[in-house]
Amino acid sequence: MIRIGIDIGGTFTDLVLDDAGKRTTAKVLTTPDAPERAVLDGLAELLQATGKAASDIGLIVHGTTLATNAIIERKGARTALVTTEGFRDTLEIADEGRFDQYDVFLVKPAPLVPRRLRFTVPERIDAQGRVRLPLDEAAVLAVAGELAKAEVESVAISFLHAYTAPDHERRTRDLLAAALPSVPVSLSAEVCPEIREYERVSTTVANAYVQPLMAGYLGRLETALAERGFACPVYLMTSGGGLTTIETARRFPIRLVESGPAGGAILAAHLAQELEAPHVLSFDMGGTTAKICLIDQFQPHAARTFEVDRSARFMKGSGFPVRIPVIEMVEIGAGGGSIARIDDLMRVTVGPESAGSVPGPVAYGRGGVEPTVTDADLVLGRFDPDTFAGGRMRLDVALTEQALVSHVGAKLGLDALGAAHAVAEIVDENMANASRVHGVESGADVAGYTMIAFGGAAPVHALRVAQKLGVRRVVVPADAGVGSAIGFLLAPIAYEVLRSAYMRLDRFDAEAATALVAAMRAEAEAVVRQGAGSAPLATSQLAYMRYVGQGHEVAVALPERPFEAADAELFRERFEAAYAKLFARMIPGGAIEILTWSVTQATAVPRPPAIAPAPPRPAPAPIGERRASWPEGTRTVPVYRREDFAVGAAVDGPCLIEEATTTTVVAQGWRASLDGGRHLVLDQEG
Amino acid sequence: MTELGVVERQIIWDRLVSVVEEQAQVLLRTAFSTIVRECGDLSAGVFDVEGRMLAQAVTGTPGHVNSMAESVKHFIAAFPPATMQEGDAFITNDPWKGTGHLNDFVVTTPAFLDGKLVGYFSCTSHLTDIGGIGFGPDATDVHMEGIALPFLKVVDRGEVNRTLIEICKANSRLPVEMEGDIYSLIACNDVGVRRLEATMREFGLTDLDAIGAHIIQTSRQAVLKALAEVPAGTYRYAMTIDGYDRPIELKAAVTVGPEGVVVDFDGTSPQAARGINVPLAYTTAYTCFGLMCALSPRVPNNAGSLGCFTVTAPPGTILNARYPAPVSSRHITGQMLPDVVFGALRQAIPERCPAEGTSCLWNMTFRGPRAGNGDDRYGFAITVTSNGGTGARPTRDGLNATAYPSGVKGTPVEIVEAMTPLLFWKKELRPGSGGEGTHRGGHGQIIEVENGDGLPFELLAAFDRIRFPPRGAEGGAAGAAGGLTTSKGRTLAGKGFQKLDGDERLTVLTPGGGGWGDPAARTPRLREQDRTTGLEG
Repeated sequence: MIRIGIDIGGTFTDLVLDDAGKRTTAKVLTTPDAPERAVLDGLAELLQATGKAASDIGLIVHGTTLATNAIIERKGARTALVTTEGFRDTLEIADEGRFDQYDVFLVKPAPLVPRRLRFTVPERIDAQGRVRLPLDEAAVLAVAGELAKAEVESVAISFLHAYTAPDHERRTRDLLAAALPSVPVSLSAEVCPEIREYERVSTTVANAYVQPLMAGYLGRLETALAERGFACPVYLMTSGGGLTTIETARRFPIRLVESGPAGGAILAAHLAQELEAPHVLSFDMGGTTAKICLIDQFQPHAARTFEVDRSARFMKGSGFPVRIPVIEMVEIGAGGGSIARIDDLMRVTVGPESAGSVPGPVAYGRGGVEPTVTDADLVLGRFDPDTFAGGRMRLDVALTEQALVSHVGAKLGLDALGAAHAVAEIVDENMANASRVHGVESGADVAGYTMIAFGGAAPVHALRVAQKLGVRRVVVPADAGVGSAIGFLLAPIAYEVLRSAYMRLDRFDAEAATALVAAMRAEAEAVVRQGAGSAPLATSQLAYMRYVGQGHEVAVALPERPFEAADAELFRERFEAAYAKLFARMIPGGAIEILTWSVTQATAVPRPPAIAPAPPRPAPAPIGERRASWPEGTRTVPVYRREDFAVGAAVDGPCLIEEATTTTVVAQGWRASLDGGRHLVLDQEG
Repeated sequence: MTELGVVERQIIWDRLVSVVEEQAQVLLRTAFSTIVRECGDLSAGVFDVEGRMLAQAVTGTPGHVNSMAESVKHFIAAFPPATMQEGDAFITNDPWKGTGHLNDFVVTTPAFLDGKLVGYFSCTSHLTDIGGIGFGPDATDVHMEGIALPFLKVVDRGEVNRTLIEICKANSRLPVEMEGDIYSLIACNDVGVRRLEATMREFGLTDLDAIGAHIIQTSRQAVLKALAEVPAGTYRYAMTIDGYDRPIELKAAVTVGPEGVVVDFDGTSPQAARGINVPLAYTTAYTCFGLMCALSPRVPNNAGSLGCFTVTAPPGTILNARYPAPVSSRHITGQMLPDVVFGALRQAIPERCPAEGTSCLWNMTFRGPRAGNGDDRYGFAITVTSNGGTGARPTRDGLNATAYPSGVKGTPVEIVEAMTPLLFWKKELRPGSGGEGTHRGGHGQIIEVENGDGLPFELLAAFDRIRFPPRGAEGGAAGAAGGLTTSKGRTLAGKGFQKLDGDERLTVLTPGGGGWGDPAARTPRLREQDRTTGLEG
């Protein structure tokens, strides 16, 4: 089957056509006002390049940052919230914290729904799902009138404890639908049936906020594809790493927020299998940020909350939490465009401010004044000023050196080269520190992991970051430039249902738990079957458990059979084992509680075979040589072209390996070879 | 130093910061105490052989800003470095030489490289139960507040002192957590020690002298540079707060000069009969936090930056309480100190000092029986974290329902209701509570709660700003005072245990922050915003 993966990013739309393993790629500029235009242009380009017809395509898989961008740019629908009386401000009160301890001037992000569009109705359900106050239907109808008057385009309904009893939310939706038939409604009990009212309302509101925009886009895309003769199914990539149907995406567009990076992580997990690397750190460094994801036993670490629009320096807590299944990543403001400065402590800072693509680094000569990471890389000899980006742009070395000296070097008594070293070392140190601390947060020591490096700037910096972390193998995969789109094609059709139902293990109710999980399983299966037909499905069932009163839950795998009373003991054993693995100890006899349950149904994805070792082949001839600098000194080193490597060919560092979009920097003491999957593998020698 | 040396110095400094962040993460993840895990009530730092702090993790509590830093010097005094050996670790919970109350256990571990002492790691976290009367201000001396550990060796060359651990366990209602938390403190320092060793080997360092001198010198210079922009002089301020049973006056003279800032709390009220007294170490912590916020928010905490600040208070005042004064709830008083610092500095740098805010946490601690005769013999007990509004800033409104200076987060209502029979009928912004001004104070909250089982329950009140609300600045009005009323028309006291009937609903009004600047100068746009939000009162 011929399959196409499409990743709509902020700047570029990447496409990859896979015909039985043979890949053709295309990159077109994103068209933000009507993103389907870029998709259709890219598809046409691919069909032309491969000589295929639209009807030959068997599957299209699609990921997009549209939902994220709509939130960041505040371009979503005019959204209203209907919530429990007495809780109008839950969305605004948030967690009562400050994301920056010392900044008395900090600004919290304004909620997506302003107070005047937050309405309340008398009703109350308690933690056990009992009705403490019946829904006041007259009040709902009165709110409907207000909503009509305010001309809202989307409505979120989020009542207290609706995760345990959705009846009031459903009834409210029905009453509103009668009064406002054309306005879409998002229910918290459907979007995010999980305990913790702020996270749930935040997620529901975000879903409602992007829903009309996404539904419109998906509808137009569907129509346009049909008009052009594409008859194949179209799936959407979710932030959790599974595929879903257009229908589900339309209802729960918030689940699409981080689909691009998820694609990259899926590809990294796939590569981990090919490379037989059980512990992988995927490192994606682009123009503005670097993203780090841990992949253990071929599974990317999962999280249940993602923060959209971290407005302040990518700081934790400066965005909106959305509680959805998501591949866990840490993102820091470190990319090729990150700007270097000197702070009050006479220290070099790099990022999070970025020169972006306009004006871009100083070297581009487009008006950039402050030096960036890319500028430092140029001065360190990592790029050829004459052939950068395939020769489409001549880099201005003199201007770059001047900027590095005047903005960084002068204050520290460094020349251009010294300043460039400082900038590169600091940004590499920042990324290494973020990786190390992220590892600790996940109970992992990243030394000894295999690093997989994606994104334009990653191959330039990966090896130095690896050295700082004690990582001894770095892999720069083939087609890394369209990695996310390739990852989409490797993902299963999957759906995860999460639901909170509080239960203490010492009062374990096997019957209720069995019924709950069965219902969740049916719900997940119904969604997956829309796309998967009768394909065999794999199930994973988890409970998120904690010691009573502790803040963080631990995921515990559950047996796939009806539960019995005696399972409380099994749950305890598994929880204690998982807890001990994460925290290196447990509390003997500590009371345990379950907060949330999770069921995932997914089509099975066959494990790819390991890449066979390639017989050694001679090193390619260098295309030239260049003066390049490392912390230990400057020397003239050979420059190779990646496409000149035969499978099995190897070269020793120090050297540079160029390809159209990036350069892989190989340090002394490292050896670079091309494996059977055409991945460039860098190994520390000795 | 060579050219590369400039970069290397910064890298090593960054690495030390990363090491203490990692150390703090380990503590955060392995601590059993809920207040540590949820609220970040912990601290971690690395020190040179002189006991000077080189880096400290940024965590949820300013109360440890330099109290932990100073404690390392006390450890060195108690255990001469020449007697320390690899694998040793030391412990104390001395409120006066540690971080202000017995709940905070401090562990200090010497770091060795090739057999030579090169520095120390220290950490502290809040243990949930240390015996005694329980966490709250009700004790009349410190010995009622729980077990006291002098400076002791808890690990001897890798061997944990089991006798000590058993004594600690026997003195806690939560012995498993007590042991776990002590081990957690020991383990987090061990991680720091290992990382420091790796870092020193990577950069070929044999001691921390040069890097330590660089960090301290650079940070000190940065603070002094910031001070140079502040008109020199002595600035005074006084603020009255509710206190336990009588009002307390907090009085400060803040002297800014080219060599540093001296804050003198002379004239402050005498220490109180109950546990809201503050040891000087903790007074210093919150005072320095306020100074850093106003003067040098981007300079990291270390011996260089903190060394620019001197804090004194006459012995026997509530801000320099003497042994054996009760000190358990010293945060109620200590959290007010940044407001006092801002009030004084406002005379010199009005553009950088917010008006007074709620400042103390409005944590509601409830306990009571459960319905039925299940296995919960002790019924339920829970602390619900909540906050009022912060003071207006000179350039913008205060923050609604936000913790300051503490960094804790609010507790979700649904979690509380899942764990207890409590039922909340309201938790919403409190209209009109933020003080008016060109910039309005942050709004407080209205919280209504009852026992959903219809049984009587108790509130442990530890609230302030009920008699004396946060005042405005530069012509701004005061924020609304806090208050506690019930559906039966009763008004409850701001401090102490009080009973509520099974059919009685409690209303908690958290204070609003003070306003900043003349209300008449508020822009029409902001006025319009006040009107459309329905929060103008």
